[in-house]
Amino acid sequence: MKTNDFVIKFANVNGSGSASANALFAKAIFRMGVPVAPKNIFPSNIQGLPTWFEVRVNDKGHLGRRDGIDMMVAMNPQSWDADVAAILPGGYLLYDSTFIREIDRDDIKTIGVPLTKLVNERFTIPRERQLFKNVAYVGALTALLDMDFEVVRGMISEQFKGKDKLIAPNIDALNLGREYALKYFDCPLDIRVATSDAVGDQILIEGNAAAGLGCVFAGATVAAWYPITPSTSVAEAFEKYCHQLRIEPDTGKKKFAIVQAEDELAAIGMAIGANWNGARAFTATSGPGISLMSEFLGLAYFAEVPVLLFNIQRGGPSTGMPTRTQQSDIISCAYASHGDTKHVLLFPSDPTECFDFAITGFELSDGLQTPVIVMSDLDLGMNDWTTAPFKIDETADLNRGKVLNAEQLDEIGRFGRYLDVDGDGIPYRTYPGTHPEKGAFFTRGTSHDEYAVYTEDGKVNARVMRRLAHKFETAKTLVPAPEFGQAEQGATMGLIHFGTTAIAVPEAMELLADRQIHLDTMRLRAFPFSQEAEDFINSHEKVFVVEQNRDAQMRSLLVNECGIDPARLVPVLNFDGFPITAVAIADMVSEHLGQGADDQAQGGFAAE
Amino acid sequence: MTYIAKPKFHHPNLPRNELGLTRRDYEGSMSTLCAGCGHDSVTAAIVEACFELNLPAHKVAKMSGIGCSSKTPTYFLSKSHGFNSVHGRMPSVATGANLANNELKYIGVSGDGDTASIGFGQFAHAVRRQVDMLYVVENNGTYGLTKGQFSATNDRVSVGRKGQVNAFESIDLVSIAIQLGASFVARGFSGDKDQLVPLMKAALSHKGFAFIDVISPCVTFNNHGGSTKSFEFVRDHEHTVTGADYVPHRDEITAEYAEGSVIDVTLHDASWVRLRKLDATYDPSDRAAALQYMMEHQAKDEVVTGLLYLNTGDNELKEKMDMTSAPLNSLGAAELRPSMATLDKINAGLR
Repeated sequence: MKTNDFVIKFANVNGSGSASANALFAKAIFRMGVPVAPKNIFPSNIQGLPTWFEVRVNDKGHLGRRDGIDMMVAMNPQSWDADVAAILPGGYLLYDSTFIREIDRDDIKTIGVPLTKLVNERFTIPRERQLFKNVAYVGALTALLDMDFEVVRGMISEQFKGKDKLIAPNIDALNLGREYALKYFDCPLDIRVATSDAVGDQILIEGNAAAGLGCVFAGATVAAWYPITPSTSVAEAFEKYCHQLRIEPDTGKKKFAIVQAEDELAAIGMAIGANWNGARAFTATSGPGISLMSEFLGLAYFAEVPVLLFNIQRGGPSTGMPTRTQQSDIISCAYASHGDTKHVLLFPSDPTECFDFAITGFELSDGLQTPVIVMSDLDLGMNDWTTAPFKIDETADLNRGKVLNAEQLDEIGRFGRYLDVDGDGIPYRTYPGTHPEKGAFFTRGTSHDEYAVYTEDGKVNARVMRRLAHKFETAKTLVPAPEFGQAEQGATMGLIHFGTTAIAVPEAMELLADRQIHLDTMRLRAFPFSQEAEDFINSHEKVFVVEQNRDAQMRSLLVNECGIDPARLVPVLNFDGFPITAVAIADMVSEHLGQGADDQAQGGFAAE
Repeated sequence: MTYIAKPKFHHPNLPRNELGLTRRDYEGSMSTLCAGCGHDSVTAAIVEACFELNLPAHKVAKMSGIGCSSKTPTYFLSKSHGFNSVHGRMPSVATGANLANNELKYIGVSGDGDTASIGFGQFAHAVRRQVDMLYVVENNGTYGLTKGQFSATNDRVSVGRKGQVNAFESIDLVSIAIQLGASFVARGFSGDKDQLVPLMKAALSHKGFAFIDVISPCVTFNNHGGSTKSFEFVRDHEHTVTGADYVPHRDEITAEYAEGSVIDVTLHDASWVRLRKLDATYDPSDRAAALQYMMEHQAKDEVVTGLLYLNTGDNELKEKMDMTSAPLNSLGAAELRPSMATLDKINAGLR
């Protein structure tokens, strides 16, 4: 029997209204205090193709994706065969028994509920019939999995508050499924939920919404964006929260500006223009947008204009897999644009960090006067995660970095936009309109001297370039430090990971421990890499690097930036568009270690 | 020679404006453009317009893209911040800057390659959005900085410097601007400062997207007989439509004017533009007529100059977006960052 520890997967046709019923299901379990990790696996399409909703339920903190389905709710004839095949032996198949289906397996338990028949008997409007069919199977699940029905009922009332006429039919639909299940099946099944305190004060939210909210709390006033899967909901969340929190009470006017730009180049151009002029501005995009924005990123790097950019990574290259996740823009973001450029990257691993890194991102961007790219991904951005509640430091002011006002300009002699006054490589800037006589300068992408005057003197340009490199060194001391998985780290081998793979690592370490393999783990949270990160690598004989791309890009970046011998870094890769599983990590590590000496030279393994 | 600071010395009797400044205070560094370049005259017109309008230079922001014309902001208003961005993308940077602080005046300087080729998309959307700025295209039908390729505004059949013929249709930025809804559309000629300075003053006082297409012949690459943008061609074919004699409201100066009727138009900042109709039938407030007029005269190979279209009824970007009156860049944590108590409520709603 498995209580609070199973994977249930819903197979639907997209555009059929299943998303809200499935979300209701996941949130109801969350409200029982049981942590959930729901994942939307959707096609690059609007209506008619298969879509899946995979929920891992686990109260021991194992919320990374897991292969093998304990219960399949198979509502889509198109994907029926594959769905049935995915069920673990001894698992359950819930299906609409109104229709005759061939079920070739004798090692699974089938639960046929005549959903269409039940719903058609009770409802007449076609749209209602379609929507309530989904609600009915949720109703059945409340009985089969021993969910708290009152929690679900409460959520329906909450969801339709103000549209009370919809509450009763929804409850009816729930009961149709629930009563049928109770009558014809032995409830609850071997897999079930039980009220728990594992959730505690955690919240359920998607990473993109957290990022958008974080921008509000960071004091961002301008957002320019172009729609692209999977980043659109960052801007949408920012807009929603701005409408709630940034309207002037007496005038009703907006203390923000959001522009849906004509393309990604315009989006980042606007964000840079606004930041140049003293407003915190950001944009959000995915891989293809990064390619388009690269010219502007080089300008912002060289002319030292702050800008915050969210890259919600998806399957590449090119148009790639727009609705699948990956971490394959590491190199293209770290070194975006032609010439010698390096950009600050932040790697959030859950929505709480998406929120925090929006705030940190703006601070770093203003403080370093350079672009900062928050490297999220589709898995984190577009799925609901169980995550720690958001917190801010109300006592801290919004730190805009080294900006001179009129009084300060009066106190100094000649202002030089690119003078390294403090020795940290970070000069001082002024906003347009500050002082009638002093402080004006030209922002340009062409080579310039310390006074922002155009120059073709190569030695001067080299001096400016060296200062930019020095500034990047300073950044190492300011970016979020890595996190270590163990209080005491004495193993001979290590494992580095970043971003959303973090959710699978603790479970992977437990699996490896069972196999007598012990690794110290380090989660990178930023680029440039700090001394701590380098020390970790240097204090272990061999270090595995877990990442979700084909070419082991983070590994390359570590080799390049820290001068590490490539032989000491072993890639552990996954690039099938799905989040890497703990089992896959553990298997790749132990396979590598179990290999003979002659196989070690091959390097890393990739998951198919 | 921009590293050579121009001497501050000037004649003690140079006229001063209401801010107590002379024209010299509105200049920038020495130009490095070719001797005789039309762009330098446009620069002089900008300097003159800002001087006569009593603009505080630090409250002006100069935006440009890439090209010879985009270099010119260095040569005027040295006390203003400038942003020389990337090729064809100045409109987006200007839009973002505008949203951050609507209390500055924005002057965008671009060229025909920067605006009619690579920048065509961004130009269109800045017009649509009615970004509050003066947008000047210094139009010479050629890519000067990369040594003389045809640009999209280069007229069909004109003969390039090396004798090639341009086979493609020409883009007329003035018609396009009118089509897209720009509320102030004019054309000038770099060699006619008497017309250009009042146009610029009116444009700088206009609220919304003000566009001036300035034919500015390139002395090095396009100023030859076959070009329709050479000094000779324009002087021969110029057909002046309206002269705009800018009259600030408070001075109440009435100027002499030639035959034809007069239209007084109130602009948003309560000052007046008095239009002198040289052509008695021309009405700058009729969009369809303006486009028709343009096409008729284009067919006759005529360059129509003057104020072609003026609409004082539309609102500009900040108003369209219903933004608060204070510049966004002046708001701090108190106005922008909600409290921890508010965040706790948000957390509670996510449980």
